[in-house]
Amino acid sequence: MTDLAQPLPAAGFQIRPRRLSPEASRARTRSRYAAEQRFKLVGLLAVLTSLGLLALLLSTVVLQGYSAFVQTQIRLPVALNAAELDPDGRRDPAALAKADYAAVLNDALYRLFPEVTERRAKRALRGLLSTGAAIQLRQAVLAEPGLIGTTAELWLLASDDIDQLFKGFVDRSSAQADRRVTDAELGWVATLEQTGRIETTFNKWLFTNGDSREPELAGVWGAIVGSFYMMLVTLCLAVPLGVGAALYLEEFAPKNNRWVDLIEVNINNLAAVPSIVFGLLGLAIYLQLFGLPRSAPLVGGLTLALMTLPIIVVATRAALRAVPPSIRQAALGIGASKIQMVTDHVLPLAMPGILTGTIIGMAHALGETAPLLMIGMVAFIMNVPAGPLDPATVLPVQIYLWADSPERAFTERTAAAIMILLGFLLLMNLFAVILRQRLQTKW
Amino acid sequence: MVSPMNAPQQTPRPAQTGSAQTSSAQTGLVQTGLAEPARAGFGAPAPAASPVPEPRMTARNVNLWYGQKQALFEVSLDIPKHQVTALIGPSGCGKSTFLRCLNRMNDTIEGVRMEGDIRLDGRDIYDRSIDVVELRQAVGMVFQKPNPFPKSIYDNIAYGPRIHGLAQDKAELDEIVENSLKGAGLWTEVQDRLDTPGNSLSGGQQQRLCIARAIAVSPEVILMDEPCSALDPIATAHIEELIDALRANFTIAIVTHNMQQAARVSQKTAFFHLGKLIEHDDTEQIFTNPRQSMTQDYITGRFG
Ligand SMILES: Nc1ncnc2c1ncn2[C@@H]1O[C@H](COP(=O)(O)OP(=O)(O)O)[C@@H](O)[C@H]1O
Ligand SMILES: [Mg+2]
Repeated sequence: MTDLAQPLPAAGFQIRPRRLSPEASRARTRSRYAAEQRFKLVGLLAVLTSLGLLALLLSTVVLQGYSAFVQTQIRLPVALNAAELDPDGRRDPAALAKADYAAVLNDALYRLFPEVTERRAKRALRGLLSTGAAIQLRQAVLAEPGLIGTTAELWLLASDDIDQLFKGFVDRSSAQADRRVTDAELGWVATLEQTGRIETTFNKWLFTNGDSREPELAGVWGAIVGSFYMMLVTLCLAVPLGVGAALYLEEFAPKNNRWVDLIEVNINNLAAVPSIVFGLLGLAIYLQLFGLPRSAPLVGGLTLALMTLPIIVVATRAALRAVPPSIRQAALGIGASKIQMVTDHVLPLAMPGILTGTIIGMAHALGETAPLLMIGMVAFIMNVPAGPLDPATVLPVQIYLWADSPERAFTERTAAAIMILLGFLLLMNLFAVILRQRLQTKW
Repeated sequence: MVSPMNAPQQTPRPAQTGSAQTSSAQTGLVQTGLAEPARAGFGAPAPAASPVPEPRMTARNVNLWYGQKQALFEVSLDIPKHQVTALIGPSGCGKSTFLRCLNRMNDTIEGVRMEGDIRLDGRDIYDRSIDVVELRQAVGMVFQKPNPFPKSIYDNIAYGPRIHGLAQDKAELDEIVENSLKGAGLWTEVQDRLDTPGNSLSGGQQQRLCIARAIAVSPEVILMDEPCSALDPIATAHIEELIDALRANFTIAIVTHNMQQAARVSQKTAFFHLGKLIEHDDTEQIFTNPRQSMTQDYITGRFG
């Protein structure tokens, strides 16, 4: 036997068996079970607490916001006098568009409430309708010129105060001075209600209009389109750059290189930088250095891309690292080049992780407000942007702006916009889950 | 034959001439009386074994370091053509490391430094003019754990020929896939489910799939790193038979922990210990009459 053999334990050495008494053993078992039970209970409690808080949050938002999805309208018999609307009688759309529809509506109101004669009362009466009602009337006439010369029964938008009153958010028992609607208005609304001339309908304007000073005319469509352009810019910039950077760092960069280590540390730290700092960076670089337009989705997207980039890099690297080394060896072993190994095997396997990371990063960007405030995206913008260079607002900023407005009608719109934003985030997460399952259950 | 083998053995093995080096036949093309094994259909049938082994690969004075730690010391070894060379030794002695030198898989490990000279058919494989992609086509590898791609059986085999441009059209690719699977003894089991995922096969089938994948690119040499260590005895016997059959067309180097396996499948055996090549010779010689006492101790199971 050579010296290579393992030395055996010295002869005569014995390990004395140690046994617990049955009672001690039972006690240990009991305490182990008890500890397990306690742990389960604490875990369950934690889950229930967080679920409860989430439910509270959601129910608050829903309770505040559900009423914004309907809007009060008033049905008026509108006398469409041909001489007044179309003096030359040619039904020329350009001429029709210029007519004074507000006056027509005022007349309709005066005729409905003939008892109102005093000037100030008349002005209050005109306030039943939204300023948008005249636009509605014009659209109705332009769409159907045949109405001219008749008296049409039309549903028209009520003003926000009447809307809130009709939805039941005004305390009728309080003193007149304490509420935004007068006793006279209460009476008019009561009359309208008795005659079936006031009703709530689905609020399509919330989904088709841009922002407005009048709550009943304010919608989120402008913000949705703005968010869309901004996310498009972010996606186009952050995903190729982030995935490319991660691929390089993970697959090609020399390991244990001081520069690579430095970059890695920086990327990881970048993911933790407060978002407002990216806003300052965007302001300094894109607006002041490059002179890009303020408040444009392009600038917002560029800024948020900076913020999303590290998230995507970190997620992609984790996904790449999760690809088993045996697959890389298999590919290299039959003579695949490194690029072929990455594109044919590693990347497809890492794809679910990369997509999940990307969508989470994008969802993060979609809900971001602070950096956008820094680059001037808080402006009041009524128009729906037609491209990424038009001034625009985005969903979270729209929420921020509405939350700042004092009217009760804006409060409910704020909550509604939050629900819409949450809906989009939920959709994105759902998409991530579906994608992941689709790509993973393939094998 | 006196050897420590006791496991059942179905594969007929050619009688080995004791001292191959003294034979006068330099051509190395002496046909033995071995029954013709199932063949993948690659090129001309080669002799099953030759008494005068001509080296396909030669390693001279190979030293290798992982960072500061030296893993191989002055290893010089020939891998003879159309023979199976078994690398044995206690774990951590550098068998896998040496095997990876032969197709430069060590290049992919960070911090590896190698010295020495390794040639394939006389060409220095570490020469600057050698493309490692081509080298790995010529020197294929089968790993310890079956590692099929998460793709269909067909794509597993077809991937190599595709990236190397070995097939002109679909029909040719189909033929390569069929021949490779036949060569790996897997065709009858999978011919009607080529589009099912490779990892839906059993462990032994997966390993044969990996062998089929390796032979699909028509390599000269196949390196196998403990190809049976994750398999059950029946699958192991299957692979061993296959290795013996593959020898006709390929040159094989196999790392194994299993002495019986080395004795059953190989013609040459190299014994490694602590990064040094202690002894290498005809398998029969090593198992019956090793020159070094350390080899004797290892194969009789006194350490390892
Ligand atoms: N990737 C690696 N990095 C550092 N050391 C390694 C690496 N692979 C193997 N080694 C070391 O090299 C020696 C030989 O390993 P290996 O060739 O895997 O042995 P074997 O295959 O004979 O069991 C061992 O000491 C092992 O720790
Ligand atoms: Mg090994």
